[in-house]
Amino acid sequence: MNSTSRRRFLEVALAAQAAEIAVAHQHARTAASSRTPVLVMLGAAEARELEALASQIIPSASSPGAREAGVIYFIDKALETFDREKREAYRRGLEAAQVKRRELFPASESIAALDGGQHIALLRAIESTEFFGLLRTHTVMGFLGNPEYGGNRDLIGWKLIGFEDAARFEPPFGYYDREERR
Amino acid sequence: MSVRFRPSDTVDFVVIGSGAAGGVVAKELSSAGLRVVVLEQGPHLREKDFTHDEIKFFHRGVLVNDLKRQPNTFRKTEAEKAVRQPAVMYGRQVGGGTVHFTANFWRLHEVDFEERTRWGSVPGASLDDWPIRYAELEPYYTKVEQEFGVSGLAGASPFDPPRSQPYPLPPLPVKSGGVLFERAARKLGLHPYPAPMAILSKPYRGRGACTQCGYCKHFGCEVRAKSSSLASVIPMAERTGRCEIRAESYVRKIEVNAQGRVTGAVYFDSRGKEVFQKARAVVVCANGAETPRLLLLSKSSRFPNGLANSNGVAGKYFLADTGIEAHGLFEHPLNDYKGVHVSRLIHDYYDSDAKRGFFGGGGIDARFDWYPINFALDGLPKDVPRWGEGFKSALARYFTRSMTLLAHTSCLSVESNSISLDPELKDSWGLPALRLTFKNHPDDLNVQRFLRDRMVEILEAAGAQKIWADDAEDLVYTGHLMGSCRMGNDPRTSVVNGNHRAHDVPNLFLVDGSSFVTSGRQQPTCTIAALAYRAAEFMVQASRKGEV
Ligand SMILES: Cc1cc2nc3c(=O)[nH]c(=O)nc-3n(C[C@H](O)[C@H](O)[C@H](O)COP(=O)(O)OP(=O)(O)OC[C@H]3O[C@@H](n4cnc5c(N)ncnc54)[C@H](O)[C@@H]3O)c2cc1C
Repeated sequence: MNSTSRRRFLEVALAAQAAEIAVAHQHARTAASSRTPVLVMLGAAEARELEALASQIIPSASSPGAREAGVIYFIDKALETFDREKREAYRRGLEAAQVKRRELFPASESIAALDGGQHIALLRAIESTEFFGLLRTHTVMGFLGNPEYGGNRDLIGWKLIGFEDAARFEPPFGYYDREERR
Repeated sequence: MSVRFRPSDTVDFVVIGSGAAGGVVAKELSSAGLRVVVLEQGPHLREKDFTHDEIKFFHRGVLVNDLKRQPNTFRKTEAEKAVRQPAVMYGRQVGGGTVHFTANFWRLHEVDFEERTRWGSVPGASLDDWPIRYAELEPYYTKVEQEFGVSGLAGASPFDPPRSQPYPLPPLPVKSGGVLFERAARKLGLHPYPAPMAILSKPYRGRGACTQCGYCKHFGCEVRAKSSSLASVIPMAERTGRCEIRAESYVRKIEVNAQGRVTGAVYFDSRGKEVFQKARAVVVCANGAETPRLLLLSKSSRFPNGLANSNGVAGKYFLADTGIEAHGLFEHPLNDYKGVHVSRLIHDYYDSDAKRGFFGGGGIDARFDWYPINFALDGLPKDVPRWGEGFKSALARYFTRSMTLLAHTSCLSVESNSISLDPELKDSWGLPALRLTFKNHPDDLNVQRFLRDRMVEILEAAGAQKIWADDAEDLVYTGHLMGSCRMGNDPRTSVVNGNHRAHDVPNLFLVDGSSFVTSGRQQPTCTIAALAYRAAEFMVQASRKGEV
């Protein structure tokens, strides 16, 4: 093979490789979102309470939020796999949040049953705790991480922020570099 | 299948670490006919291992040192007791930090090698000249650019040092952030230019061109477009048939004989079993943090203070990754998450300037090295709500419309800034943990404040709707690791000579960021690789003459 045709061959081979990667990506994504999610680690009641808190962090009023993205399934999976050592922090954090709730709203039954204003008051009361920091991090991860982890269902999070995960992009990428080409 | 040596075979060289320096040294020595075993503590990964997964690669950091198994401790001054916290970050696999780095890749300037002569001394610092000059390193910089594959535009910056060859590849595409930066910088009379990157803008030597996917920093490249040593020189070393890359081999000690010469290295294999690999000479390329640590771990009756440390200098004068960021929000989407992170750069403020009243300078680059999760957690201005509708709507607005400017700045050499062994904490193999003692020289922070103001000017001239900037703060956690076994002509104040040979031990060489005498303006890896080519050439000549 002479050097020009060899180069040509490599370009084609590499483009094919990139295309395969793109297909594999897409496949993983579809598989991830078609599975019906199940909770493994969290109990149903506990999950409901945590989801109520997470959906204050990324609410659903204007467009789909933490709840629709399935953040709770991400948290469940994280506590079951790579963040196993955070289980205790969750258990204690949620307990403390319940104490706070009863203190603020003695008549209330659960976090999930609070109304909008009460939710906000409760979050204000716990927003500087370590547990809130952890829950916020996990909520963001579940909203904006790969769907393979159980959250970001239908790429809700990525669509909101305008992010796309692709094997390849072509310039122009944005408004100003497009403007520069004209 | 590459060659396999037995531990009892006395190979010519054992190379410890396989990053920018180790990869080059292994390739050069084996290409010259020498038999080499590279001992690398991390795994040997392949392109299929590199996926787009922010949680895995960024937040769980699977390509960097695992602080659960190899913890660090940190203190600001020698008077304090160090506490357990992250202090150093480096790539921990075959290819080291070149696998997951951002790939900013520029040469030092001529001034960097002789700042002491040109500027004079700085109170509270140990500013020194290097024992070599830019002109001596220039041919090796050229070799690095050719063999790794670097994209850039020669002559585009009036501040660039002289070069004998253009970059082998043209610049990568400019991004919207780069366009805004370039327009603003020109308006201000500055000299923006395409950032030189160790990323292929075109297919090169059997490797694929960048696909602009945007996953660079903290990620491995699945199309081998990032010019890591894993993608470039390490396969060349293996193809010689004389170099074995032995992954998952964590060196705990370099052994010496009664004559004070090194005889090989003891390491833990993947199952935790101790193995002794014999060698005629040892090259330590374990980086600016682990190289001094390994010397200090290699105490013997002959070297009670640690190997090659009769003067007590090993580990001292540590130089770190100083810098400061400013950010801007713009009217239209930039989508700067696409493409390589950095597309434009200025070096107008690189040199020190006596008129500023302090030592130091830096470059400023236009970048977006954020991913969705870490942007949401750390990328928004402080006045944005941390939760609720306000948080959510800010995410929707800011992610595609923001850019970051980074001023990468000088870090002065201070004797008490050091790598040492923690007296109490141990790693999972029972070895003393790495302890960092570090407090910035006041001029490190002065230069950051100065450049923060310049970045704000640039963002204003670029028409940003909103601008926010970091505060200049003492560094506690660093990814550029330099200076801790510095080179020099004076055996009392340096660890290796100008050819990277340990002053104390004739058949021991130290080559990596630890050899640096000054920090330059960060982005040390191009220089680390150039030093490695030059050092390896010396090792080959010396071993041919029987002088190793
Ligand atoms: C997030 C991040 C981004 C970066 N971006 C840039 C950039 O844009 N531009 C730039 O110039 N630099 C960048 N750097 C720095 C760059 O990664 C380093 O400068 C470069 O990798 C250093 O090369 P080295 O050969 O000195 O050491 P390393 O690349 O760190 O290689 C040392 C190797 O030795 C191994 N090792 C250490 N101790 C032992 C032991 N006891 N036994 C066996 N093996 C051992 C390590 O596992 C590692 O693989 C970045 C760093 C980080 C963390």
